[in-house]
Amino acid sequence: MTDTVLEVRNLATQFATRTGLVRAVDGVSFSVQRGKTLCVVGESGSGKSVTARSILQIVDAPGRIVAGEMILHRPDGSTVDLAQLHPRSREIRAVRGREIAMIFQEPMSSLSPVHTVGEQIIEVLRLHLGMDKLAARKRTIELLNHVEIPRAETAIDRYTFEFSGGMRQRVMIAMALACNPSLLIADEPTTALDVTTQAEVLDLIKRLQAEHGMGVMFITHDMGVVAEIADDVLVMYHGKVAEQGPVDAIFHAPQDDYTRMLISSVVKLEQKADIRLARPPAPGAAQPLLEVRNLTMRFGPLTAVDDVSLIVRPGETLGIVGESGSGKTTMGRCLLRVYQPDAGAMAYRRADGSVVDLAEASGDSLKRLRREIRMIFQDPVGSLNPRMTVAQVIGEPLLVNGIAKGRDLDDRVAGLMRQVGLNPDWRERYPHAFSGGQRQRIGIARAISLNPRLIVADEATSALDVSLRAQMLDLMMQLQDELGLSYVFISHDIGVIRYMCDRVAVMYRGRVVETGSTDQVCDAPSHDYTKALLSAIPRPDPRHRRIHTRFRYAG
Amino acid sequence: MLRFLVIRLVWMIPSLFAVSFLAFVLIQLPPGDYVTTYIATLAASNEVVDQNTAADLRNRFGLDQPLLIQYAKWISGILIAGDFGLSFEWQQPVSELIWERMALTLVLTVSTLIATWAIALPIGVYSAVKKYSVGDYIFTFFSFLGLAIPSFLLALVLMYVAAVQLGQEVGGLFSQDYVNAPWSFGKVLDLISHLWIPVIILAVSGTASLIRVMRANMLDELNKPYVTTARAKGLSEFRLLVKYPLRVALNPFISTIAWLLPNLVSGSIIVAIVLSLPTAGPMLLQSLMSQDMYLAGAFVLLICALTLVGALVSDILLALADPRIRLE
Amino acid sequence: MTDLVAGSIDAKRVAVASQWQLMWWAFRRHHLAMLGLVVVVILYVIAAVPGFFAINDPSRQNARAAFHPPQQVHWIDTAEDGSWRFSPYLHPYRLVRNPQTLAAEYQEDRTRKVGLTLFGRGYTYSVLGLFETDIHLFASSDPRQPLYLLGADRLGRCVWSRIMQGAQISLSVGLVGVILSLSIGVVLGGVSGYYGGKADFVIQRVIEFILSLPTIPIWLALAAALPQDWPAVTQYFMITLILSLTGWAQLARVVRGRFLSLRTEEFVTAARLDGASEARIIFRHMLPSFMSHIIASITLAIPAMILAETSLSFLGLGLQPPTISWGVLLREAQNIRSIATAPWLFAPGVAVVVAVMALNFLGDGLRDAADPYNK
Repeated sequence: MTDTVLEVRNLATQFATRTGLVRAVDGVSFSVQRGKTLCVVGESGSGKSVTARSILQIVDAPGRIVAGEMILHRPDGSTVDLAQLHPRSREIRAVRGREIAMIFQEPMSSLSPVHTVGEQIIEVLRLHLGMDKLAARKRTIELLNHVEIPRAETAIDRYTFEFSGGMRQRVMIAMALACNPSLLIADEPTTALDVTTQAEVLDLIKRLQAEHGMGVMFITHDMGVVAEIADDVLVMYHGKVAEQGPVDAIFHAPQDDYTRMLISSVVKLEQKADIRLARPPAPGAAQPLLEVRNLTMRFGPLTAVDDVSLIVRPGETLGIVGESGSGKTTMGRCLLRVYQPDAGAMAYRRADGSVVDLAEASGDSLKRLRREIRMIFQDPVGSLNPRMTVAQVIGEPLLVNGIAKGRDLDDRVAGLMRQVGLNPDWRERYPHAFSGGQRQRIGIARAISLNPRLIVADEATSALDVSLRAQMLDLMMQLQDELGLSYVFISHDIGVIRYMCDRVAVMYRGRVVETGSTDQVCDAPSHDYTKALLSAIPRPDPRHRRIHTRFRYAG
Repeated sequence: MLRFLVIRLVWMIPSLFAVSFLAFVLIQLPPGDYVTTYIATLAASNEVVDQNTAADLRNRFGLDQPLLIQYAKWISGILIAGDFGLSFEWQQPVSELIWERMALTLVLTVSTLIATWAIALPIGVYSAVKKYSVGDYIFTFFSFLGLAIPSFLLALVLMYVAAVQLGQEVGGLFSQDYVNAPWSFGKVLDLISHLWIPVIILAVSGTASLIRVMRANMLDELNKPYVTTARAKGLSEFRLLVKYPLRVALNPFISTIAWLLPNLVSGSIIVAIVLSLPTAGPMLLQSLMSQDMYLAGAFVLLICALTLVGALVSDILLALADPRIRLE
Repeated sequence: MTDLVAGSIDAKRVAVASQWQLMWWAFRRHHLAMLGLVVVVILYVIAAVPGFFAINDPSRQNARAAFHPPQQVHWIDTAEDGSWRFSPYLHPYRLVRNPQTLAAEYQEDRTRKVGLTLFGRGYTYSVLGLFETDIHLFASSDPRQPLYLLGADRLGRCVWSRIMQGAQISLSVGLVGVILSLSIGVVLGGVSGYYGGKADFVIQRVIEFILSLPTIPIWLALAAALPQDWPAVTQYFMITLILSLTGWAQLARVVRGRFLSLRTEEFVTAARLDGASEARIIFRHMLPSFMSHIIASITLAIPAMILAETSLSFLGLGLQPPTISWGVLLREAQNIRSIATAPWLFAPGVAVVVAVMALNFLGDGLRDAADPYNK
């Protein structure tokens, strides 16, 4: 019996669209070994997900496999070329879920909302193993226990919406493993999860792989995850293989330019930005620009922000880090009074030294304050009105505040575009003509158009590919130096925080559990939650794997 | 689920009151009151009513009292004794006139609803699965045509074809022998043999819109990730289609009762008038024409109540079918 | 995304394409919708100047033409020597007595020809109340020989001309009714969607209530309460008002849904933080985003109004003769004996079906093209 489970040679999958043929996968070859993990990595649009779906012949229309071989080696020594099977044939259906199983990115939408999780798992057992109802149910409970779902006897009869994200992904895994497949294909299974949950799911997959000896093909865009779990790595770029090899070689001796760029942009985010290192040390006890005291904000019964106190000093970047539901976004929005906080004060020191409480401001004074405090949004698509040209988007704050109009407005907009690295000739274009990174630059230009003193940046880089993140952060820091800005920088990504922020506040369930200088919080956290959070983050270095030894927080 | 049911049932109360008030206002809308109309009717048959009698009558019916008190009397009469007032055109209590017609209306509407579903469901699914196929285009064209033809026109054309081409009279729900016969098994069979023509006519426009709804629902669901999951499990295309996207697409389909039923009832009234069916339609029209307002009001009230109950049934069915609503 | 919308259009033009431009590119690929657009434009031109398209005065009765059958147009006039020229003509009909039954019957007189003149002169009509003219698209070359392209009704009135005239009322009832509904719908739906909270709750319940009621009995009851002797214009507005009383609910629901989803859009929050006033947020930032959806919904609501007017008038509770609408015309087809002798009385029904289908195709295409950014 060979150790190879799947051998793919010169796979090509194409999509015939109105605008022409898209070669989503273009001559890709690789193999997956029994008991080993192959990570397929690449940025959005690299064809990694289509590659995975091609193996099971479940590419969405109009995608079609046009060339290549996909040899599945069975435990009995026989082989079958999956590429030769018709997508609707009995033969390929016998492979799906039985010999090769797959789990997906969004466990919520990947499971049926109107069937119990039990029904969906039992179905696989009955289909492939011909079990009777009772045996299948018994086995399903075992499987749910196996993936550590609490109270499996009752969980089996529940619906997906009654589970949390991590639990749903466990259900998906239980379903995938029901028939003991020899290959598990995981398509970004942890991307939608928080880092601490991600660590648990990665742990689980690793453990199950060790127990069952299956091959795992793991698709991800996160180099940290790759470093943590991969034996071999396949780097994809524009539908082709940029480089492949053992994980250590990829990280420590990359040969291909694209791989090198990918690794270096990830590694770059592991340390302080060069711009910050070049800055003179901040003058000590300056008067705080913003002092938040006991801020509380409730949505119905849920306390989203719970008694938060913070200080932002002039010229500094304060990072707010936390997982989803920690209240960090709500807190940021309270600063701009997008939401009205229920309690607490936000003392803001104006340029003339007077202090205003942001929580109390209204009417004209609020409008004036919103000129000095601006916001950069997370979603570069949703935050730009698709029906306004770039010039209109960037010029809107200048126009409605009566600062500039006509020719003067045009000149200022052109200047702002240049300042954020956009070609002013593009100002009559609509947002749909720009890439994600360019759109985010438009958002930044809009934020700085009113010469603000403080900018709240909410996950400003999380929608961007990793290679663009450092660029965007560098631009923001450059503007900080030019304009004397302070930032409140909200992110779930500790790497970005470390790169960008002077100080950081860690939020957990609406509360700030720890505040301190970035170095201190990142290197010597004092609160247990911070320790757990930090140790759950996979580092982009296969020589320092640590998820197994991570610190778990029980709070 | 129990909580949902209770809340939904409690909501019926204000709706039903609103409907009854609406019906009452409609009764009151025409100029003059019941007694002036009554006197006019009697005068037509050369009977003269003196002022005292008129005042007596007004007093008896409470017509000299404020609108709300009159409404209270009217509605409590209905709730306590099932008394909908008098029809002066028929010189009979309204309650003696309406029930059989309402029952036939219900039979007609429910049969049409079932027929509509039975036709629209498979066609909608087919159209979605075979998107942009010849069959899809043909069904799409016919559903647009069905939406554009007013049901009364369809009824007229059918009558014309039957009368001129086939030499038959179309209309009614019973043969001559059964019209006035008491209910029997034979009469039921006779009803069924006549029912299909109005059912088909009424089902056309409903079917057309339901095909569109079902097709759109299915198309939405077919692209959902859980369909890919089911495919990756190794299910056959047909089995996964029926078990997953179809099952989920059925939920919005169930809630179509809520708007389909009012449309069917509306359509049935006009078609019944054209085909002179012994349902609520013709009698409602006649009562409105002759301003026999208690009779008209009773019909409006009962027809609206029927559709409200339909909406209730659809909500309950939806909750039964969709755990997201049931367990919310 | 956008390259799909634009198809083969050059990327530079796509980059500076406004939403209407993108919508138009998406819309024109939809062939049925384009066809619908053409038909709708033609119909509304007819509705604007029906007199131009009519041949005979639509109200003129002619006892000698009762149930006159439709005449066939011959396009090519062949002379006896075999030469031919393009010159549309018709054969006139004459009344003859059937020797057996002694009933009067129409017979085509193949020996005579009446020319069909393009842009010829006929009866005098007013164009939108601005000026009067007697030029028609088609006219009979012989003023003493009226032409009946689609035959005549019981009183000898020209069905073709009456359909043209009826387009004015039937199509405008749809438009006026929808504008009325829209005004109510936008105000209530907007309040509901923009402010949310209690107002939203109450308005939502009212909308649900109205949508769960069958419209015909309520319209009938309301229309029955209208005095029959009101002037035609008042009657017309009362009928459209009655139709709008229930028609607004659907539009209000659309507006509310749009408002709710837009209210949470990040670009609206961004506009608020930019310092834009509430009015500017609504009119500059939100309105352009749902104008297209509103236009599509309106287009899809007009057919329902047309069908409703037709049904009410057909039942005798809508518009009353001598007002001419397609529904009023169809009353002539109400009794089986009339349609058995004169099946062409169904012709107004065909006009209804064509108009409703064209509007539905158009609306469907508009709805598909309404959001060029989410594909």
